[in-house]
Amino acid sequence: MSHDTLFAEVTDPANRADPYPLYARLRETPVSRQGDGSYVVSTHAAIRGLIFDPRLSSEDLPPSQRPPTGNPFKDWIVNPIKNRVVNAHRPLIFRDPPDHDTLRAIVMEQFTIPRVRGVHREVEGIVEDLIDKLQGRDEICLVEDFSYPLPVMVICRLLGVPEEDEEQFQKWATVLATALEPDSRGDEEARHATATAFDAISDYMRGLIKEKRKNPADDMLSGLANPEPGKPAMGDFDLIASAILLLVAGHETTVNLITNGMLTLIRHPEELDRLRRDPERAPRLIEELLRYEPPVHFRTRKALGDIDIAGTTIPAGAPVILLFAAGNRDPARFADPDRFDPDREDNQHFGFGGGLHYCLGAPLARIETEIALNALVRRFVAPRLLQDPPPYRPGASLRGPEKLGIGLERIA
Amino acid sequence: MSADRGVVVVGASLAGLRGAEALRRGGYAGPLTLVGDEPYQPYDRPPLSKHVLAGELRPDATALPHLVDLDATWRLGQPAVGLDRAARMLRLADGSALPYEKLLIATGARARSWPVTEKTGPLPSGIHTLRSRDDAAALRAALAAGPKRVLIVGAGLIGCEAASCCRDLGLAVTLADPNPTPLARILGSRIGGVIVSCLDTAGVDFRPGTHVDAFEADAAGRVCRARLKQGAAIETDCVIVALGATRDTGWLAEAGLMADEGGLTCDVACRALDADGQPAPGIYAAGDVARTPNPLHVGRLAAFEHWGNAVAQAGHAARNMLAAEDDQQEYRHLPAFWSSQFGINIKGVGLADGADTVAVMQGSRASRRFLAVYGREGRTIAAISFDQARWLPAYAERIEAGVAFPPILGATDQSIKDFGVPDFPQPRSR
Ligand SMILES: Cc1cc2nc3c(=O)[nH]c(=O)nc-3n(C[C@H](O)[C@H](O)[C@H](O)COP(=O)(O)OP(=O)(O)OC[C@H]3O[C@@H](n4cnc5c(N)ncnc54)[C@H](O)[C@@H]3O)c2cc1C
Repeated sequence: MSHDTLFAEVTDPANRADPYPLYARLRETPVSRQGDGSYVVSTHAAIRGLIFDPRLSSEDLPPSQRPPTGNPFKDWIVNPIKNRVVNAHRPLIFRDPPDHDTLRAIVMEQFTIPRVRGVHREVEGIVEDLIDKLQGRDEICLVEDFSYPLPVMVICRLLGVPEEDEEQFQKWATVLATALEPDSRGDEEARHATATAFDAISDYMRGLIKEKRKNPADDMLSGLANPEPGKPAMGDFDLIASAILLLVAGHETTVNLITNGMLTLIRHPEELDRLRRDPERAPRLIEELLRYEPPVHFRTRKALGDIDIAGTTIPAGAPVILLFAAGNRDPARFADPDRFDPDREDNQHFGFGGGLHYCLGAPLARIETEIALNALVRRFVAPRLLQDPPPYRPGASLRGPEKLGIGLERIA
Repeated sequence: MSADRGVVVVGASLAGLRGAEALRRGGYAGPLTLVGDEPYQPYDRPPLSKHVLAGELRPDATALPHLVDLDATWRLGQPAVGLDRAARMLRLADGSALPYEKLLIATGARARSWPVTEKTGPLPSGIHTLRSRDDAAALRAALAAGPKRVLIVGAGLIGCEAASCCRDLGLAVTLADPNPTPLARILGSRIGGVIVSCLDTAGVDFRPGTHVDAFEADAAGRVCRARLKQGAAIETDCVIVALGATRDTGWLAEAGLMADEGGLTCDVACRALDADGQPAPGIYAAGDVARTPNPLHVGRLAAFEHWGNAVAQAGHAARNMLAAEDDQQEYRHLPAFWSSQFGINIKGVGLADGADTVAVMQGSRASRRFLAVYGREGRTIAAISFDQARWLPAYAERIEAGVAFPPILGATDQSIKDFGVPDFPQPRSR
């Protein structure tokens, strides 16, 4: 079969459970033109070359048009203005330098390692509580019962969202999470739900920022809302966009990482055992997990100029799909790449992407996953998969199980 | 290699240490001797003009880590004073002689000192240079004593880094240079102009086009004033002379090698050349002292003063020292350096001097965050970044490939309205 339809197969839900054989075929042509004019980049070397190429832009996504409501005043006046405001203040993962750099620097100033480490205790508490609630059950769904609620609770604590609003946040996060999924666009109903949730959470954030200006606390939102004099600051629209981004971008991704982690461990019982006996193994195991089953499989960029790479010229204007998960399994970079091996040395994976858009929540994701997996293997007695492979969510980029049924002897 | 003679490395600093380690890594198990002028184990110099001056790091805290167990004989505090190539003997200051089978010369460079002649008389005290750990300790002590005004003569990398540290310490600073901007020789004045605005913001009294003529001492013999060629004077009680470096080749004067204060000339395989331009048997050189043909500037010899070059070239020389006569490989290295000053991380690759055009490819000079490339005769030869280092590897690759100038069109944050002549000063007359 010709290679120019391979990516369509990747996005086909039928291949969600095991896209890796497709990736291997894609790697035969490191930069491969697809029928729709996009270019899929799938080898480690080519991805590395491109993430450090200044001609790749992230500003290429179609503007978020609010679907018609039927109310002419809203449709002709309010929504277009809202759209314009929103599009001028896209979150930083959809921005290029220099704006991207300014925004990122301001967020990073608040997303500090001490602050992230500071939530360690809280994460432990949340994790134990979530597992305690499962006492007495012998079958659970890891996604619904554990991986899904955890990241939202954690980001809420970091941002400084009052605990009583966490439930509402869970609901918004569920709707908004799909907004980062490139192939989820188009569906009118989904767009409507996204726009509504987006407007609601924006209004909520606006209020919360006001509150944080009145009563600043030691949390990220207070820090962002009350910049030190003389330090760079962002306006309220960018602030709201950044806060929503932290919620959304850190949500589905962490859900996938934890769920894929448990799935992979149950599939490799000897590794599960070793982790249970030696929790210190978690950091290396998580790095290998980020390579082997990363939460984000690809991101799309746009070429601003003609780019010569790996024997191909990507023409200016073409969409470029950086297939990180394929680079992670490139035998030219990793020995025996399809083997899950936490003892692997020199594990330079793209599990958090790379280049200037490298995941800024990486330290938090690592901490959450470490605490979560250690607690799960410690407290789940004799876990087994109820269905293997599990059903997956439709997204090919933010790829992860929709449900992960686990049978247990008991909870310790 | 003959068992009792073995390898001798002269110069026990970055290139010497990393070269010796590369020999061991490459499987050399014979005798190994490191000869060093300074009494210290190898240490790192870049922090001296940054963290050490700022008082964040003690001068004796920059020792270089040993990456391999060397099992070597150290002759520290013992300069080599001569070389007898026919007998393959190195002469040391204490009168002893060291036989060698192969020799690695890594004597680096020393700070260009203020010329002292009969007419000028001896220099007043309070005048510093900055190259060694002892220099840094003395200068740090002088700065900690709170001088009224520090005068820095020479606005090259070290002069500018020192100026930045002095301002961080709250000291009044005058920076004097004959060129219109700092870093004129390295980056040209078009880009060097960005540093002028940094100096301004930091409150450094920058004096472009200024030639210091002489220093005057007070009754106690301490420096109190610098007289300028133009007639005026600058009151100062602490001077840093930062006029660049001369290669440490004086000890080779009688050795019959192609050596002068610009370096020891080598071939592409890092072999030292004799006066007839032939490789001298068994003698290699690496680091600041080595002057080699550079593929980026065909027909030109270049000696770098960059950390990365010292490491890479020493490794390469070691490789060739262990290889057969007919397996001497060419040293190909894209020069690269970094500097930090005024809160800006500056990084460069390639050789900018000799460029005929410079273009800002991303960002802007006004924001002090940018990436600029240098071209010569239509080829890209160098790139420099101010707080934009992440893109540098992409440009480095293209410089190595010798692509057309300007490279990488269509980048984010690119306008390319800012291009022109780099404005390098006339070459120094030697
Ligand atoms: C203050 C300062 C800051 C710097 N900052 C940077 C930076 O930010 N980035 C960067 O890329 N580079 C920087 N450099 C340059 C970098 O440190 C040099 O390129 C590097 O030290 C070169 O190593 P080398 O071993 O070749 O020479 P050197 O480090 O000069 O060592 C040569 C050694 O040989 C000894 N020697 C000399 N003559 C004899 C003799 N006759 N017998 C025995 N021993 C002898 C010397 O005493 C010295 O110890 C800086 C240099 C200085 C001085």
